[in-house]
Amino acid sequence: MVEERFMPNVSMTVNGVAVSANVDSRTLLAQFVRDNLHLTGTHIGCDTSQCGACVVHVDGRAVKSCTTLAVSCEGASVTTIEGIGTPDHLHPMQAAFRENHGLQCGFCTPGMIMSAIDIVNRKGNSLDEHTIREELEGNICRCTGYHNIVKAVSAGAQAMSGK
Amino acid sequence: MHAFSYHSPKTVRQAASLLGKSDDAKLLAGGQTLLPTMKQRLASPTHLVDLGKVEGLASIEQKGRNIVIGAMTCHADVATSAVVLQAIPALAALAGGIGDAQVRNRGTIGGSLANNDPAADYPSAALALNATIVTNKRKIPADQYFAGMFATSLEEGEIITKVSFPIPSKAAYEKFPNPASRYALVGVFVAKKGADVRAAVTGAGSDGVFRSAEVEAALKARFNPKALDGVKVSAKGLNGDIHASADYRAHLIPVIAKRAVTKAVAKA
Repeated sequence: MVEERFMPNVSMTVNGVAVSANVDSRTLLAQFVRDNLHLTGTHIGCDTSQCGACVVHVDGRAVKSCTTLAVSCEGASVTTIEGIGTPDHLHPMQAAFRENHGLQCGFCTPGMIMSAIDIVNRKGNSLDEHTIREELEGNICRCTGYHNIVKAVSAGAQAMSGK
Repeated sequence: MHAFSYHSPKTVRQAASLLGKSDDAKLLAGGQTLLPTMKQRLASPTHLVDLGKVEGLASIEQKGRNIVIGAMTCHADVATSAVVLQAIPALAALAGGIGDAQVRNRGTIGGSLANNDPAADYPSAALALNATIVTNKRKIPADQYFAGMFATSLEEGEIITKVSFPIPSKAAYEKFPNPASRYALVGVFVAKKGADVRAAVTGAGSDGVFRSAEVEAALKARFNPKALDGVKVSAKGLNGDIHASADYRAHLIPVIAKRAVTKAVAKA
């Protein structure tokens, strides 16, 4: 039983696919999706819950996957950046980031987009600049100065209403 | 992070039993403080008892003249709860200002109160609103609950199950956030219920949250922002660090209290 407690089994749905694995109990959700599932779009930036590069949705809510244990997500439905669009069919928020030049190096972008979709889910499709800036408090970008990210979120929010 | 064995009990009783089996077991609520602390190896429990699957710990309801919030209720749910927004909007606003959006989706009221970080927001609300912290063993009045920095009167094996907040007639919370960390350098929660006025200060005290006698005396005479003009708070027992000296924090307390009272009376 010791092995079971140190290497517990965890089952969850990731991007609509049922997955199950025995993991070290210390495994963070970010490590689980990157290392076990090879979904490397979820990035680990600061690893101290501040930068937001690791944001995914757990049961429809944005969380920092570097500050969530994989085993705590037993039975949960997880969506990562890979689950929202494909290169041929970008999610409207992804398209808005491309159109508005909402990224430079791109490292923070998966987290920005997952957070942006969460903002729209909670606050609707018509977002003013102040709201977007306040709501992006948990996502850090070191390239853009945020201006184009804010524009992208605003445009993406409106585009999401037309789905 | 050091290795630990993971437990996911379904009931509070099972969680308490698991806690009791080891001197080195810790409860995991939302994990927004504990997991970073474990990553830094500042905490290394050998057993982690996750409350995430325990039934019935996440709820918000009005019971008579109290708002009762389950320990595992996350900050985002308190911030957007119609019940809380209607009865104690100051509490909803406080919850909506903790950390960032993602932290508010995981962090819990029970976790915040059990941790009693000296710069956390919730302890000021619990103390100023004269809340009762309900555990699997007893009911603890807020005045007897906070026991210094990161310390509470919780005993071994004791688990917070809910927090009961009496509905005030007027209340507001205001904080002066550190520009980098956004933690409160000084946060003041003021509450008036009948003739009773309480003002709790977070972020400033070297023993954690405390009630300001100076602010309360002024506001008991008159619950109005002007009542705080000229009120001085002693720097004795306050934190001084690279972010702010004790004197500066002492200066901020009546300033922030005045902003809070201005909000509280504007709402009424």
